[in-house]
Amino acid sequence: MAKAAVKKAASAQAVASVERRPALAGNDVSGPNVKITVLPPAERLSLRAPEASVASLSRALGLTLPQKPKTSASKNGRTALWLGPDEWFIFDEAGGDLLADCAKAKAMHSAVGVSHRNVAFAVSGPGGEATVSAGCPQDLSLDAFPVGASTRTVFGKSEILLYRPAAYTFRVECWRSFSDYVFTFLKDAARDAAV
Amino acid sequence: MLLIHCPYCEEERPELEFRNAGEAHIARPANIVAESDEDFEKFFFIRANTKGLVYERWRHVHGCARFFNAVRDSVSDKFIMTYKAGEPKPKKLPGAGK
Repeated sequence: MAKAAVKKAASAQAVASVERRPALAGNDVSGPNVKITVLPPAERLSLRAPEASVASLSRALGLTLPQKPKTSASKNGRTALWLGPDEWFIFDEAGGDLLADCAKAKAMHSAVGVSHRNVAFAVSGPGGEATVSAGCPQDLSLDAFPVGASTRTVFGKSEILLYRPAAYTFRVECWRSFSDYVFTFLKDAARDAAV
Repeated sequence: MLLIHCPYCEEERPELEFRNAGEAHIARPANIVAESDEDFEKFFFIRANTKGLVYERWRHVHGCARFFNAVRDSVSDKFIMTYKAGEPKPKKLPGAGK
């Protein structure tokens, strides 16, 4: 058994050594008012669970799953976004294994790893709000969309997840295949926001 | 742009996030095998298509992704009210005066 474990570890290492090339990596844009950064890969999880399982999953994940609409919770590099009454999107930038943590919860839930499905951008600076508003129909003023707010919404023709970790920073998550479109749109919008 | 109140998100959201899902309160027959062709046609194809107040299913597809019901005026496109899926047809509508 020990031999098998060694073999398994060795093959895992071989996979880990394959160079990962995230979509659009390094294509950052810097303007006078706004900066768009392509964020490094993160662990991502799509979680569906009934209300009865929330406490158990919160314990397993080490952060309290938000239950109020348009809110989020963040702890130790791990963030959970409320998407629906029984749906959350969780990402971990500290490299923690979200799926393994969810497996510790005995309560019924459905956890799907979507780490490679999404690409994330950070839109930061005083012109960030105007940049995202160019394609997003929601009210993104600090009154309506305060720090910590998160939502699934649309950006131009693409669906995105929007999260505001700080007053002048937005995290935009979109599907990898839409990332080129979203990034080009953000880039053009940033040019307008700079004026 | 229309603003639609989502009963799950508990706030008004832009119409771009929503999708219409047809007439509401159509119950699927409990025993569809025993259904006559005429009754099945009524259930499956025939819709009221009222001019005026309509009860519709809507889905907040680019938001919480939940289905809910809405009362809408099909002439003016005004949303009278929205309520969660599974709740009964509202007896009293806000501003109806009856």
